[in-house]
Amino acid sequence: MAAHGLPPSLSRLLFAVKYGSLQSRCCALHSKAQYSTVHNPGEKTFDKILIANRGEIACRVRLLDTLINFEHMNSHKMGIQTVAVHSDVDSSAVHAKMADEAVCVGPAPTSKSYLNMDAIMDAIRATGAQAVHPGYGFLSENKEFAKRLAAEGVAFIGPDTHAIQAMGDKIESKLIAKAAKVNTIPGFDGVVETVEEAVKIAQEIGYPVMIKASAGGGGKGMRISWNDEETREGFRFSSQEAASSFGDDRLLIEKYIDNPRHIEIQVLADKHGNALWLNERECSIQRRNQKVVEEAPSTFLDPETRRLMGEQAVQLAKAVQYSSAGTVEFLVDSKKNFYFLEMNTRLQVEHPITECITGLDLVEQMIRVAKGYQLHHKQEDIPINGWAIESRVYDPYKSFGLPSIGRLSQYQEPLNLSNVRVDSGIQEGSDISIYYDPMISKLVTYGATRAEALAKMEDALDNYVIRGVTHNIPLLREIITHPRFISGDISTNFLPEVYPDGFKGHQLEADKRRELLASAAALYITAQLRSQKVLGGLRVSSAPVECNHWELCVELGDGRHAMEVTKSGDVFTVTIGLKQTSLLCSFQLRVLSKLAAELNSYMPEKVPEDTSSILRSPMPGTIVAVSVKPGDTVAAGQEICVIEAMKMQNSLTAVKQAKVKSVHCKPGETVGEGDLLVELE
Amino acid sequence: MAAAFSVARSSCGLINGLRTSLRGLAPLKHGAVAASVPGTGLHRGCRRYSVGHLSVKERVDEKRRAALVGGGQSRIDAQHKRGKLTARERVQLLLDPESFVETDMFVEHRCSDFAMEQDRNKFPGDSVVTGRGRINGRLVYVFSQDFTVFGGSLSGAHAQKICKIMDQAMTVGAPVIGLNDSGGARIQEGVESLAGYADIFLRNVLASGVVPQISLIMGPCAGGAVYSPALTDFTFMVKDTSYLFITGPDVVKSVTNEDVTQEELGGAKTHTSVSGVAHHAFENDVEALLNLREFFNFLPLSNQDPAPIRECHDPSDRLVPSLDTIVPFESTKAYDMLDIIQSIVDERDFFEIMPNYAKNIVVGFARMNGRTVGIVGNQPKVASGCLDINSSVKGARFVRFCDAFNIPIITFVDVPGFLPGTAQEYGGIIRHGAKLLFAFAEATVPKITIITRKAYGGAYDVMSSKHLRGDVNYAWPSAEVAVMGAKGAVQIIFRGKENQAEAEAEYVEKFANPFPAAVRGFVDDIIEPSTTRKKICRDLEVLASKKQVNPWKKHANIPL
Repeated sequence: MAAHGLPPSLSRLLFAVKYGSLQSRCCALHSKAQYSTVHNPGEKTFDKILIANRGEIACRVRLLDTLINFEHMNSHKMGIQTVAVHSDVDSSAVHAKMADEAVCVGPAPTSKSYLNMDAIMDAIRATGAQAVHPGYGFLSENKEFAKRLAAEGVAFIGPDTHAIQAMGDKIESKLIAKAAKVNTIPGFDGVVETVEEAVKIAQEIGYPVMIKASAGGGGKGMRISWNDEETREGFRFSSQEAASSFGDDRLLIEKYIDNPRHIEIQVLADKHGNALWLNERECSIQRRNQKVVEEAPSTFLDPETRRLMGEQAVQLAKAVQYSSAGTVEFLVDSKKNFYFLEMNTRLQVEHPITECITGLDLVEQMIRVAKGYQLHHKQEDIPINGWAIESRVYDPYKSFGLPSIGRLSQYQEPLNLSNVRVDSGIQEGSDISIYYDPMISKLVTYGATRAEALAKMEDALDNYVIRGVTHNIPLLREIITHPRFISGDISTNFLPEVYPDGFKGHQLEADKRRELLASAAALYITAQLRSQKVLGGLRVSSAPVECNHWELCVELGDGRHAMEVTKSGDVFTVTIGLKQTSLLCSFQLRVLSKLAAELNSYMPEKVPEDTSSILRSPMPGTIVAVSVKPGDTVAAGQEICVIEAMKMQNSLTAVKQAKVKSVHCKPGETVGEGDLLVELE
Repeated sequence: MAAAFSVARSSCGLINGLRTSLRGLAPLKHGAVAASVPGTGLHRGCRRYSVGHLSVKERVDEKRRAALVGGGQSRIDAQHKRGKLTARERVQLLLDPESFVETDMFVEHRCSDFAMEQDRNKFPGDSVVTGRGRINGRLVYVFSQDFTVFGGSLSGAHAQKICKIMDQAMTVGAPVIGLNDSGGARIQEGVESLAGYADIFLRNVLASGVVPQISLIMGPCAGGAVYSPALTDFTFMVKDTSYLFITGPDVVKSVTNEDVTQEELGGAKTHTSVSGVAHHAFENDVEALLNLREFFNFLPLSNQDPAPIRECHDPSDRLVPSLDTIVPFESTKAYDMLDIIQSIVDERDFFEIMPNYAKNIVVGFARMNGRTVGIVGNQPKVASGCLDINSSVKGARFVRFCDAFNIPIITFVDVPGFLPGTAQEYGGIIRHGAKLLFAFAEATVPKITIITRKAYGGAYDVMSSKHLRGDVNYAWPSAEVAVMGAKGAVQIIFRGKENQAEAEAEYVEKFANPFPAAVRGFVDDIIEPSTTRKKICRDLEVLASKKQVNPWKKHANIPL
């Protein structure tokens, strides 16, 4: 039994949340002292730049109203005109509307628009843009593009082609790093003749080591060895596999990094040989190699390690004559040994957290560098002010591994809170297109301490309103409130370890569940009471039931909770008989009067129609391949066709063994959600 | 005991079901049998005091108890087993607790043929429960047919009970809700049963436009019986357990040799998506009744009452920025009119009528600043939002309901015209399209129209245009009011001209925008889409006192 008092005017609260001010984008600025870069108005850069990207990053480069923490930003404050490029489906996208000029560069598929160099070059010529900011993704690390720009005398706001090329190749970049005295993962790649030779190599590297066939991709056939005995075993196994499976004797023996953290160093360099490291970003919270939550600084690094990592990153940047902003990624093991992973020669998605703690506007710096100015900061000028956390809010794949897409019927960023920055390229009414990245926004919170930033993040996630598309806010909220995350005990294995079967939604604790049930009951009663109150003159008088005590039944998942509600004044008291212990995590609540709940037990259960013999498109997309034809017999689990949506190829399989009756799609065809693709007998 | 009665046109299974349940009658303790068979110990006692107060009271109590269990426990169980609630459970769930005031609990049928006069064949209240009650405090009259008594078949007495509450509902001015679950006419009563139907039909017709009438079909409803729901304003059905047809599958088979199941012939899916007979279908009895309560909140009690106003928590001046981008630049591209409607109305609460029928027009109830409004909108997502026979009829009937019951009408226009083709012409699109025109033209309630995009040709006139006495007509900047689309127009105006593309561009420049209509005053204003809600709410406030009277007439002659 539990009693909960609920705040008065609960319904008002609810509707206020649902329909609060929609002008919050333009809410007051919370300019903080730490954003201290002062732009020098006398410093002339470009008159017009073209932003060869879309979505949030295109908006970010522009100025923008999503960046409330920066009073004036980037190209806008620098007095630069901007040109946006967009595909035809993006013609009314925020980034296209925000720019001074917008040029359509082709149809929706990225290969025909945002990756279409010819069209983008045409746009540059037509608009007379003097420089191009590539954002991230698309053409940002394409040396061909950089070359073509250089050939036409257009500045590329990023590093030189040489650096792009050098760092773009995984093997070459490691060699360069090694030469520049950057820690790389010690290892051996080649033919190992004997067991003892393998043991010797392993001892040189230092345990633990990983042994696998060089030709095997990814983690396939990987063996981890902690001692000589295991190395011998691993050698036999792997060399056997190398010979039999790949016909290639070479073995890879490499230092195995257990519980690695992904920590990266932001560097900034100019064309005059100056390079700075702008501290680290901790990006260990990843799901299938996709970063989910990032923070700066890292809880794990001490000043000494940070300095070492920073200096090595700068060494690497200098080794390739790097200019502009770049990121050097490291793996860090539990003993704070760090190893070079790769260098990204572009602005990173998670750059805002670095901006928050250093006060530097990276886009502005990139533009300055591209124009040939020297950095006016020195290494000792780069502070760590406070703590910043970024959550990537995106449309997660539906439980069956497919993207949901749709129209944002309601969308409200939590910008009513201070110290919150939201980088997004969408607004209420926007479509999340199947053609592009499913990211909705980057939510950044800032605080003097980590605890403050985390508390703010919790608040911000709770205040975020997204309707019409699915989103990962429940997961984000779960991560940032997880004891392990709060204590800083994280690694790239965090998500698989904490959610071995995948995230199943918030697990309610008993008192939270009571709170939820009580709120549902109180809201239900509030709605009932409102229905009884008809305003205006009445010809036939109304006779509502005078009542301040109700018996209800609230269904939550499979659980049914009988409860009693009494109301005195504005306070509801809900008494819950808790008999149910198991619960589902989706909060599908249904409140019924006690009578309705009783009668409901007579209602028949509906049997869903048998869909196993019908394959429908689970989402809008393009058919890439159809693997069956009428008359074929398919086994359960056999691939029937492949549909591409949101840059993901999804294989649709047969649910049961059957003969194919008819095929209703062909490769290249665009299909809508629910369209019939294949019928089985 | 062997079927002394039969149930019209129902399936064999149904009759069997009844027989089975009749057999289960005997062990009933407080049922009709025990109550009316003289010679038992109990009744010997009663008779001794037959003139005394106690005896009558006892008999009253017994009759009441009998009435409360209808056809008896075993038949109640059978009803539950079918996934259906009993007549009384339905009433109880539909109405506010303790608000039901029953009438004619003691009425019994008067048939004396086929052994019907025997006491065991008499049930207090007969096969229908009638009375009045409250839904959220508001008065309503209700009848609920009791399938456990003679399969809910309609006797003279049954009809008389229904007529009584309908008469009273008319004199008081309150809606009538019928919960239908009846095998059909009581065949034993012959023509008396038919007369009963006619009496109900007449009242349905007389009450039409005076008080709202709603039918909820919760079981079979076949033969002549279907015409009562057909005459009421709204017909709702319960999925899988309700059927509406003139003749059942057996008769269909013998006459037309068609093989068809009950569900295919007259189930909820058929009537909500194919025939347009029903306005909505719900998952089960409980869902249906709870939804009916919600629906009832939208309606005024009678044509003497204004549309009800509920307390509103959604600011009336709320801007809807997403509307500024909802209409695609390409006029050939579709969007969902429901997105517009839901974002404009209070709390996204839109009760759509006939959501699965003639989907190229959307109709339904919502509230604006708490006040009930009727919404009509072309749906560009389906058949480009054109008007065809079905959508015209669907729209017309809805508009007339709103007009009859003082509910303001808000119309969202994006219509490329009437659907061409032989199917439409042969089907009488002229006659049917005229219904929608007629309905909008004769309506005297506040009428607000928003042209979101296309308003082409005759369909422009029809969709609550200024010329049909629209009170406030708005156009969004994306509006195109013209006789037809650019391509077709150019082919006529510039027939034979070389440069069609140039001519088309000229036409678009001239006509594919809201100005031609605005300069003539055919739209009152060109508004930012995001301000639509705010503007409508403000206009409705002013129009609340609108008074407009059509010329006196016996009744108009709508092109039926």
